[in-house]
Amino acid sequence: MTNSMKLLIVEDDREAAAYVVKALTEAGHVADHAADGLDGYALATGSNYDVLVIDRMLPKLDGLSLIGRLRAEGLKTPVLILSALGQVDDRVQGLRAGGDDYLTKPYAFAELLARVEALSRRGGPAAAETVYRVGDLELDRLSHTVTRAGQDIPLQPREFRLLEYLMRNAGQVVTRTMLLENVWDYHFDPQTNVIDVHVSRLRSKIDKGFDKQLLHTVRGAGYMIRDGAR
Amino acid sequence: MTALGKLLRTTAFRLALAYLLVFATLSTVVLAYVAWHANALIAAQLNATVDAEITGLAEQYRQGGIRKLVAVVEERSNRSSQGTLYLLTTAQGDVLAGNLQAIPGASLAEAGEREIPYQRVGENSVAPYPAVVRVFVLPGGYRLLVGRDTEERERLSAVIANAVQWSLGLVVVFGLAGGVFVARRVLRRLDAMTETSRTIMAGDLSGRLAVTGSDDEFDRLAQATNAMLDRINELMAGLKEVSDNIAHDLKTPLTRLRNRAEAALRAAHGDEEWQAAMEQIISDSEGMIRIFDALLLIARAESGGARGQISEVDVAEVARGVVELYEPLAEERGATLTVDAPASIRVLGNRELIGQLVANLVENALNYGASEGRPGEVTVSASASETEARIVVADRGPGIPPQDRSRAMERFVRLDTSRSRPGSGLGLALAAAVARLHGGALTLEDNGPGLRATLSLPRAADAILAPAETAKLPPPAAAE
Repeated sequence: MTNSMKLLIVEDDREAAAYVVKALTEAGHVADHAADGLDGYALATGSNYDVLVIDRMLPKLDGLSLIGRLRAEGLKTPVLILSALGQVDDRVQGLRAGGDDYLTKPYAFAELLARVEALSRRGGPAAAETVYRVGDLELDRLSHTVTRAGQDIPLQPREFRLLEYLMRNAGQVVTRTMLLENVWDYHFDPQTNVIDVHVSRLRSKIDKGFDKQLLHTVRGAGYMIRDGAR
Repeated sequence: MTALGKLLRTTAFRLALAYLLVFATLSTVVLAYVAWHANALIAAQLNATVDAEITGLAEQYRQGGIRKLVAVVEERSNRSSQGTLYLLTTAQGDVLAGNLQAIPGASLAEAGEREIPYQRVGENSVAPYPAVVRVFVLPGGYRLLVGRDTEERERLSAVIANAVQWSLGLVVVFGLAGGVFVARRVLRRLDAMTETSRTIMAGDLSGRLAVTGSDDEFDRLAQATNAMLDRINELMAGLKEVSDNIAHDLKTPLTRLRNRAEAALRAAHGDEEWQAAMEQIISDSEGMIRIFDALLLIARAESGGARGQISEVDVAEVARGVVELYEPLAEERGATLTVDAPASIRVLGNRELIGQLVANLVENALNYGASEGRPGEVTVSASASETEARIVVADRGPGIPPQDRSRAMERFVRLDTSRSRPGSGLGLALAAAVARLHGGALTLEDNGPGLRATLSLPRAADAILAPAETAKLPPPAAAE
């Protein structure tokens, strides 16, 4: 699917860490584990990771201080903060401290994986492109137009942003909460399937009438846009 | 001893003691000042008398020589029973006249003023009295001594010393008595308060401090403490209710979860059934996590802890955003969801929480606002006055009977008793808590038919930024 990533998990709960490391390995990535803040600091500065996953509450050096230290030294590796807290304020605190994304415990592994993969691509080539292409679907970020097989597809502004986000992460699973956060800028968890309805609306516009389906539902995780041939 | 020791250790008593010391010192200083001045005055008077005598005698001596002087001294010595002392001697110390017994020659050797003890003629038995005398050396070596008894001065000193003793004694006695009286009064009130506090601490939260009605400082302290106890009581009641509810509402899904796992373990055959069971279990636990999150958020909102991210929020934009988010869902259900909001209404608040609040109201309206055979019709409108911003979410469904409206905003209360529709029973409670956090209110009204939920938020910055606001919040259970 994507290139294999090298990840560092800084988490004091050994069982949880072992589970995450195992699951990440199964997903084709390489994951190291540090059990406390100081170990995490040593590992993070000692080798090149694609993404750091840092728990907020760590022995010896807490997560936010660890991130602060790493950022003070100019380390730009994307950081996903894990927290059992997770209210609005805590999230903002975490992002201010230098984290790039925030995930509250308990979480689904699919959510963690999707976010880590999204983080690893941040600032990658896709972010700079002005035209996203998946199969015969094209999205022009400058003229705000979407075409499929050369055919114009009119979209509402929000649908455009939804598709833009999906296409930027083409080939990757995008979870519902990621969509809510990145497309609507809300961090709460709606009780109903609002996002599903938005996605199915979008799907009916871009996939309906075409042989090949591009926008897929990934069971138990979220959505993915990809060219079926890949 | 302990009772006395306790008394002596009271602040009131120590204060009394300190005042006692101050007043005793002050009265001593005043009396010493008086005594010193009186002494000086009397000394001056004595000197004046002696001076007058001397002037007179000198006149006699000039007129009639030593003989005349002897005669006059003789005569005055006999006449003056009062206190003036005379002695006239030769240079050798032989007494020529006077009412003093001979005194040591040294005292007469030189002219000048001095204090000497004396004994009158014929008074052998008594101890010598002190006197102030002036000695003159007359031509021919005669010594003339004129003096005055200082007894008067001594008497005055004695009177003053007496006064000092008495006043000191009285100050000490009254001061101690006053101190003990005040200290005992204070102690009695404080002991009563301490006793009541102990019973309250022991677990009887219904106890209250006695208020005498005198409106003194103790009364005010008691009133403030009682008000605090009332508040604690309310919080405790709220806490108890919440924990009861948590126990009930989390145990139910936990039991379900467990049953499902057991059933799968016992009866599931084949990968597909296993998979379905596991997915159901995960979905159940997600529901529980959601309940936890909502409860935590309510608790945070109520303790004022979530007020950190306060910034300018455009509630009109929030209303439009939420409607835009839910509009496809409404359409899918055959309901209508419309919004009516001006370009912009700015308030100070937490965008995330206000957004979630409006989303909760819209979800509620979509879930419960449809009647049989009649699709939902939900309108969201935002408006503003000088002082407050309002967001109204209204539906045309069955609504909530008036008697249930305040209950509907309590935690875990689900008016849909069959619990056939999804929901944790926390949506409205969370909305109400968020409204209160912002210094505003959530009110439920009849929409004739339907439910009309109005969120009003103050536009003044101080309403939300004043931390006291949350302290005054009624607990959700008691909100009427």
